[in-house]
Amino acid sequence: MSHVEFIAPTKPEQAAAALLAGGAHARPLSGGTDLLVQLRSGRLPPGLIVDLKRIPEAIGIRQEGGGFVIGAATPGAALSEHRALGLAWPGVVEAANLIGSTQVQGRASMAGNLCNASPAADSVPALVAARATCVIVGPGGRRTAPVGSIAIGPGRTSLAPGEFVLEIHLPPRPARSGDAYLRLIPRTEMDIAVVGAGVNLTLDGDGVVTEAHVALGAVAPTVLLVADAGAALIGTKADEAALAALDAAARAACNPISDKRGTIEYRTKIAGVLARRAATIAYGRAEKRA
Amino acid sequence: MSDVLERPAAAPLDDGQLKVVGTRPVRPDGAEKVTGKAMYGADLALPGQLVGKIKRSPHPHARIVSIDTRRARALPGVKAVVTAADFPDLASEEYEAGESASNLRDLSLNVMARDKALYDGHAVAAVAATSSAIADEALELITVEYEVLPHVTDVEASMASDAPVLHAHLFTQGLAEKPSAPSNIAKRNEIKRGDLEAGFAEADVVVEGRYTTAAVHQGYIEPHACVASFGADGQCQVWSSSQGQFMIRTYCAKILALESSDIRVTPAEIGGGFGGKTTVYLEPVALALSRQCGHPVKMVMTRDEVFRATGPTSGAVVEVKLGAKSDGTLIAADVVLKYQAGAFPGSPVGAGSMTALACYDIPNFSIVGYDVVTNTPKVAAYRAPGAPISAFGVESAVDDMALKLGMDPIALREKNAVRDGVKASYGPTYRNIGYVETLEAIKTHPHYAAPLGPNQGRGVAVGFWFNVGGESTAAVNLNEDGTAVVISGNPDIGGSRASMAMMAAEVLGLPVEKVRPIVADTASIGFSMLTGGSRTTFATGMAVTQAAQKVVEDLKRRAAMLMDVAVDEVEFVNGAAVCRDPAKASLTVAELAAKAAQTGGPIGAQVSLNAQGAGPGFGVHVCDVEVDPETGHVTVLRYTAAQDVGKAIHPSYVEGQVQGGVAQGVGWALNEEYIFDRSGRMENPGFLDYRVPVASDLPMIDAVLVEVANPRHPFGAKGVGEVPIVPPLAAVANAVRGAIGRRLTDLPLSPPKIRAAIDAG
Ligand SMILES: Cc1cc2nc3c(=O)[nH]c(=O)nc-3n(C[C@H](O)[C@H](O)[C@H](O)COP(=O)(O)OP(=O)(O)OC[C@H]3O[C@@H](n4cnc5c(N)ncnc54)[C@H](O)[C@@H]3O)c2cc1C
Repeated sequence: MSHVEFIAPTKPEQAAAALLAGGAHARPLSGGTDLLVQLRSGRLPPGLIVDLKRIPEAIGIRQEGGGFVIGAATPGAALSEHRALGLAWPGVVEAANLIGSTQVQGRASMAGNLCNASPAADSVPALVAARATCVIVGPGGRRTAPVGSIAIGPGRTSLAPGEFVLEIHLPPRPARSGDAYLRLIPRTEMDIAVVGAGVNLTLDGDGVVTEAHVALGAVAPTVLLVADAGAALIGTKADEAALAALDAAARAACNPISDKRGTIEYRTKIAGVLARRAATIAYGRAEKRA
Repeated sequence: MSDVLERPAAAPLDDGQLKVVGTRPVRPDGAEKVTGKAMYGADLALPGQLVGKIKRSPHPHARIVSIDTRRARALPGVKAVVTAADFPDLASEEYEAGESASNLRDLSLNVMARDKALYDGHAVAAVAATSSAIADEALELITVEYEVLPHVTDVEASMASDAPVLHAHLFTQGLAEKPSAPSNIAKRNEIKRGDLEAGFAEADVVVEGRYTTAAVHQGYIEPHACVASFGADGQCQVWSSSQGQFMIRTYCAKILALESSDIRVTPAEIGGGFGGKTTVYLEPVALALSRQCGHPVKMVMTRDEVFRATGPTSGAVVEVKLGAKSDGTLIAADVVLKYQAGAFPGSPVGAGSMTALACYDIPNFSIVGYDVVTNTPKVAAYRAPGAPISAFGVESAVDDMALKLGMDPIALREKNAVRDGVKASYGPTYRNIGYVETLEAIKTHPHYAAPLGPNQGRGVAVGFWFNVGGESTAAVNLNEDGTAVVISGNPDIGGSRASMAMMAAEVLGLPVEKVRPIVADTASIGFSMLTGGSRTTFATGMAVTQAAQKVVEDLKRRAAMLMDVAVDEVEFVNGAAVCRDPAKASLTVAELAAKAAQTGGPIGAQVSLNAQGAGPGFGVHVCDVEVDPETGHVTVLRYTAAQDVGKAIHPSYVEGQVQGGVAQGVGWALNEEYIFDRSGRMENPGFLDYRVPVASDLPMIDAVLVEVANPRHPFGAKGVGEVPIVPPLAAVANAVRGAIGRRLTDLPLSPPKIRAAIDAG
């Protein structure tokens, strides 16, 4: 195909069917901030674009079963304007809001960030640390999968032909929980994470960490959920010794590359630094959320 | 008329009386720009226009064995295909038309490679087609057979005796003996004074350093763009965004062997140039394509093409050794500069050498510069070409010297400062310079005394730029209602329309809103050198002022005629001709304009001149940074830049120039760099990984304007646009040194380098 075709179905099943029929060059479109850039630069060949924004379930934020359901194509700006979501999952929201600029925020979605499958995607470590899941629609119906299972390598996803993400689900939030996301970029905005770190934790009444999840971006082909790093926090009050253990565990898990954006050595060190700092912020937030 | 002003023009107009100059009116080109109506290079569309695109070499160094364009020509919708065979094979000839002399043969070979591709992105063929998609397909259908050659991108590697030679005809100039073998060192230059050895022998303290900078791009937001139309009668038109429509005309004429009178170039609005638009890339190609098919051809570069194929400035190595007496008197300086020129000779190492020690009065020094070709895009002028690089080395070393001596960095610079009457390191004797006043402005600024917190550091650096004058033409025409038009031939890249209108309004006694400035095409106004060298407000401003003064003389003559008195009975006051005899009613400009037919016809004057006596400019910058010791990330907390500007015609735009220069310099210092992979291809040809500062990276930059008048300009102006990019590289590096207690010498000071330096202890 030497030209672009565009459809905007209103039902998930129509979208799945169109994607399946469109074959290799058919792609879902949420905000288009990756897809359109890649088409224009010639990195992707022209083909069928299936816009998801007219599908009601794919847009908006809903509180369901104690958790949150976020339509796949919901832009970052909508996340930042949702008060309850921001109180429950400040780390997820801050991660999504780091994407691009004000203009990009008007379009860019977390599902697009996830399915673009960049190891440096900013919202993904926060979502993985949050234990988020997604609802996937395909020719065979619906299934649910952990966010961390979608990307399988740079630019590659586990989605089968015709499948797309319809919703992202954030689980119910116990009291005294907090999350945080930090990234390192050489500038202050409009940049790609050299390293990203998301931490999500829950405290007991004494301020002891009972549950902790630590995810790292841009230090491996996909976002890493580092079990040892989470374990380093559990049973502690995120004191200096625990943070040092977390730092070491984060560094040990790294398997980065050296490229124009950072060396292996630098990325590894920074993964430890950011995990530590994000844990401190998440801990502070958890203490405040009685 | 042509005036070469060897002596000062009339003394600067008395400051106290100025009504327009020095105020801050809204810019005349502002509304068009903010509403998106301004016509930039890519905005013009002509009937029948085709899309032109360029095929570029993927190899940094390769012999072009053959180019087969037959399949592209056969593609429906393709109207023209050109290669070097469609351009005359020019003889080597130095020609002055841009910011510095260019070799016409090199210029032509840069526009279209002939036998060899010399960098990744070098143009090898071009097509014009009825659509962008067809043009892309046609490029794919052109087959180029290359013999890939070993390449070299690094400046010192290119100087090595075993480096692959780019040009078999290139023998190093400036050596005592003519070399026997070709070399990538195009030229060695040297400036010397006194006895270097004796100087160092007298020194109590010596500091030494080796500093490197990466190639950086001007980073203008608007990519190169043009439309060219070749008429059946041989008359051509070009519309393009550049720093000089006359420069475009000259280069197109030379490269295509046309006559200047056959080419009319209309300047588009320009979206940034910074020196990078002082040469041609697309225009001759678009003309050659249009000549072949008869259609107008439009060419617009992508950002990738801008990075890969248009001028960055040099990556460089700077070696500095300084000797001082224990009281802080600098007594000896040894400077070696190695500048990357890119594919063809012509790095700004000459200007880098001349400016390196221009702020210092040092009795014994040697400055040696090397101009070195590499398999990278040919460098183009970039704001004060060459000066920021040598200043980075010298100002870092002076900072180390201040530390070693235990002296305040400004006190050390004051002690060794050049002043009026001092012979500059590059030759002439300084007159009317405002350097010590500028040092004083920073020394007494609250910023300099403000406390610093943990992990914070403060850096000071100074900088110099010559500023130039040169040839300009301007016309001032009165309209029948007493309003006026100012016509110049200089593209407005920094607010010059505003300053031209203001100077004319001042002389004519009109409110500035009644004076409309325009930038004319090459057939509508006489020759002007391009907008560069910080020359326009000085030189073209002088032409505008003189043209307005001629109009005033004419108005007085006409008023005398109407009043029936002798001309010397009439004075021109506040926009009106006033007779000494109070019985005679005054005549305003509007009244005189209305009676023009009675008094001799239309009122207007044109002045062409070659302005001499541009005053050199000095800047003194102070910068505070905070370094995150764990990540190596640098935050610029506060920045104050003082500069001697002579006289700020429109202070806001002068401040804007200072702030813009600082912003670019901070980018150069912290994150900008050309990164080449092992196969010699640029790895970061886009604004994502070529990191210019974004607004949130910078604090508000405080510009302090010091006004030591230049007596050779009617209002005292000096050039202002280039000086402010000279000090920031060192100001930032010196501040980082203060914050982490270690000297970093390798730009950019990106976070991984700083963290590694901290870890190395
Ligand atoms: C100027 C700029 C700055 C940026 N800055 C950042 C940044 O700081 N951090 C960062 O992480 N990213 C950044 N990005 C990249 C991009 O904005 C983000 O990845 C964004 O989240 C993508 O979301 P989108 O909705 O625009 O995705 P789209 O472009 O619509 O889609 C991205 C990819 O996912 C696929 N896709 C989209 N939706 C779905 C779905 N529901 N199911 C399955 N597949 C789907 C598309 O087919 C495409 O392959 C930036 C981009 C730009 C242009």
